[in-house]
Amino acid sequence: MSPSSSAEAVPGAVPAPDEHHEHHPSYLVDGTTVKSWLLTLDHKRIGVMYLIWVLLFFLIGGTYALVVRLELLTPGPTIIDAMTYNRAFTMHGVVMIFLFMIPAIPGAFGNFMLPLMLGAKDVAFPRLNLLSLYLLLIGAVIAIWGMINGGMDTGWTFYTPYSTHTTTTVAPILFGAFIIGFSSIATGLNFIVTTHTMRAPGITWFKMPLFVWAMYATACIQVLATPVLGLVLLLVVGEQLFHFGIFDPARGGDPVLFQHLFWFYSHPAVYIMVLPSFGVMSEIVAAFSRKNIFGYRAVAFSSLGIAFVGFFAWGHHMFVSGQSTFNAGVFAVLTMLVGVFTAIKVFNWVGTVYKGAVDFKTPFAYFCGFLYFTVFGGMTGVAFATASLDVPWHDTYFVVAHFHFIMVGATIMAFMAAIHYWFPKMFGKMYHEGWGLVSAALIILGFNATFIPQFLLGNAGMPRRYYEYPERFQTLNVASTAGASLLALGFIVSAIYLVYALVYGEKAAANPWNSKGYEWLTESPPPTHNFVGPQPIYTEEPHFYVDPQKAEEPHAV
Amino acid sequence: MNELLNKLLFLPEQASTFAERVDNLHYFVVSVTMLSSFVTGTAALYFFFRYRRRSDHQTTEYVIPSVKTEFLFVSLPLVFFLAWFVIGFRDFVFVQTPPKNAMDVYVMGKQWMWKFSYPEGPNGVNVLHVPANRPVRLLITSRDVLHSFFVPAFRIKMDAVPGRYTQTWFEATKPGTYQILCTEYCGLSHSKMLGEVVVLSEEEWDAWAKEQRKGSLQNRQDALADLSLEPEPARMADQGQKVAAEVGCFKCHTVNGEPHIGPTFQGMYGRTETLQDGTSLRVDEAYITQSMMDPGAHLVTGFPNVMPTFQGKLTGPQTAAIVEYIKTLRTPDIRTGASQGPVYEPIQ
Ligand code: HEM
Ligand SMILES: [Cu+2]
Repeated sequence: MSPSSSAEAVPGAVPAPDEHHEHHPSYLVDGTTVKSWLLTLDHKRIGVMYLIWVLLFFLIGGTYALVVRLELLTPGPTIIDAMTYNRAFTMHGVVMIFLFMIPAIPGAFGNFMLPLMLGAKDVAFPRLNLLSLYLLLIGAVIAIWGMINGGMDTGWTFYTPYSTHTTTTVAPILFGAFIIGFSSIATGLNFIVTTHTMRAPGITWFKMPLFVWAMYATACIQVLATPVLGLVLLLVVGEQLFHFGIFDPARGGDPVLFQHLFWFYSHPAVYIMVLPSFGVMSEIVAAFSRKNIFGYRAVAFSSLGIAFVGFFAWGHHMFVSGQSTFNAGVFAVLTMLVGVFTAIKVFNWVGTVYKGAVDFKTPFAYFCGFLYFTVFGGMTGVAFATASLDVPWHDTYFVVAHFHFIMVGATIMAFMAAIHYWFPKMFGKMYHEGWGLVSAALIILGFNATFIPQFLLGNAGMPRRYYEYPERFQTLNVASTAGASLLALGFIVSAIYLVYALVYGEKAAANPWNSKGYEWLTESPPPTHNFVGPQPIYTEEPHFYVDPQKAEEPHAV
Repeated sequence: MNELLNKLLFLPEQASTFAERVDNLHYFVVSVTMLSSFVTGTAALYFFFRYRRRSDHQTTEYVIPSVKTEFLFVSLPLVFFLAWFVIGFRDFVFVQTPPKNAMDVYVMGKQWMWKFSYPEGPNGVNVLHVPANRPVRLLITSRDVLHSFFVPAFRIKMDAVPGRYTQTWFEATKPGTYQILCTEYCGLSHSKMLGEVVVLSEEEWDAWAKEQRKGSLQNRQDALADLSLEPEPARMADQGQKVAAEVGCFKCHTVNGEPHIGPTFQGMYGRTETLQDGTSLRVDEAYITQSMMDPGAHLVTGFPNVMPTFQGKLTGPQTAAIVEYIKTLRTPDIRTGASQGPVYEPIQ
């Protein structure tokens, strides 16, 4: 690289304004009919459609959340009756988990960025990709139909025998979730094959961006664990409609068996939700500190490590279900390992900032929030895995606070960071930085104000899924509801300025952050086939911001 | 210190021997969590400030962790986590292992109440009486769906699983009343499935137990006369049968499946009855109770409206006992039995 080259001029990557330009319109305007969107095989358009849908699902789930929080403002009935409340928290969980957190980052940003980051023209199976979007929508329609016609009151964990005895309409919602599972498997499969076969020359495994590593680890879990969920959901439907008797003790079945099967999927599933955010954050911390990732291999391998041990930790959801004491010990130790892998990542992210060049933009603000939620949420997870502490905490608001901190906190932070970071890449427009920071502050504060009181509620002994609660828990509940309103306000603010930016936003530069992430090696927004002219040559690892003169001497700390 | 942290963390008072053990670890874990979040956060903040960007095209050094650093990153959390595990698992074994001299109480969760019964006889709904400073083992099961027995002040919790008995134990340290909550979602009135543990001092306990035995003293002497020294546990359904005979239910209702002046009790519970107004309903606890109190409300086709009301003639527990009795008269289907679960021998 010649010393004169500017930051965006990576060898071979120059999206120089050349004569090709007119013949390669951006993917956004290449075909403007409705059909050209709905039947597109372009991963970028599919990614954008995912983004639109998951935002809608987020809105639905969020509305349920506010209803639940408002109901809990007073100890007795506040705005809805008990049955409606039970349905509301169930639907909140089902929508948020199956329709937002699992598909959000892989569907929207994984689809959009993965091929760009691998220098590929598309994912390995474009048709399967479109199918997985439609499977998600079909599943969503069936589940939402079920919610409107009866709704379900089991909680998103569907524990038997309650779920097979309740008179609410469990079957369509479980069946919807079953179909959504296929969508998840298809996406995972597609990403695995894409990563293995579509890497451009020069992108070796250890030159893959960390977002790709994270998507790859996620995809492995999706493919391996989701079938278990699919089967167990079908069994519950069968049990409810045809009285199989697999989980019903009245017929010789075992309800704890359900919990094993359910958590065998759902524990890894929490990593399906959180690993993508780890990936997003690795990209963002590098881009905004202008630094190579500190301990690239450790971060990459810890994703795989989490994916692997994540499969052996499910028993920590059942410490007080009557499983043997020995089992509890084994699961407790295995769970600790997840904590260690997460800790490695955290240290390496902080290490990345060390000697960096930090630009405190909106995505970086979300990185700060993320760092804090991950540390605190992860540490409370380890605290939970400490078997004796789990005894009083299990199934109280402490659990609710823990998994919102880690799973929701991390996902939301990453999702918002990703929207802001990749907004110019995806839409070619800039959002308003000032408003970005304001809403980031509102969201992070609102989040804390919502869930910190819930940790304390858990300590005080308030069980989760309570419609009414003893008087003494009220103050903390009011605090939590107030926090939730702040959080909602934050989202409303960002919705407004983002939509505004989409329409009236300033045109963005090709690489407004001067990022050296591989996805910026093409135009913004990219043309339909991703790259104009010769393919970029990948000689450097992603996010290599080293002064070429000093490039030879890595500095170990 | 304990008191301060207890307040700060909103923990309930410590009223069992286990509570103190858990809390000590809790304090340790929470302090480490807070401290490490603080250290990571401060380090990050310092870096954000110290290394803020000075020019748009700034380059950076290529910094990578040394093996020593990576080793530190892995071993530091691992050491803490393992320390927590060791202490936590030791305490967990403690709470999972009832002492041999523990007194037994059977606990049955049911939508939406807790039923307690003592091997020597007395029963109770939603109120559990126990002596202070004596280990009490709870043998927990459920009649319908999953429930979870939780006493925050004792820091104990155990799921009630239909078809199984689970167990836990506690030793209450001070007399008083402590709330019981259900922590496993169990349907409509999950949040109203509350109860209380009344911890009595030694003398109060003796008095209470003596009072309770009065009711079953008769049984006891019969049993002694039988030369069988086993005291008969008082069963609600048996009492129900007795009450039903006393108040004269059997003048009109049979228990062998034959309709008489009124419908037979055999298989009545859970049966779908066709009513004279053409509708139908499923016989459940509410319907049986209503039929005793207001017999004309829902008349079953084919029977005259001749039943007298028992309103005011039956006490609450008697009514409940009759309902329980009728429920035992189901035509044997697979539902009976299994959900009663195995019976544990008391540990000797
Ligand atoms: C890394 C991301 C993590 C995510 C996304 C996550 C998510 C969740 C979720 C959703 C639940 C609640 C499930 C429910 O009952 O509804 C949960 C519970 C739990 N988590 Fe995490 N968690 C994470 C990290 C950890 C870590 C690092 C640990 C320990 C090392 C941990 C330990 C636990 C334990 C023990 C429970 C069970 C608590 C109980 O129900 O008693 N988690 N987690
Ligand atoms: Cu319950």
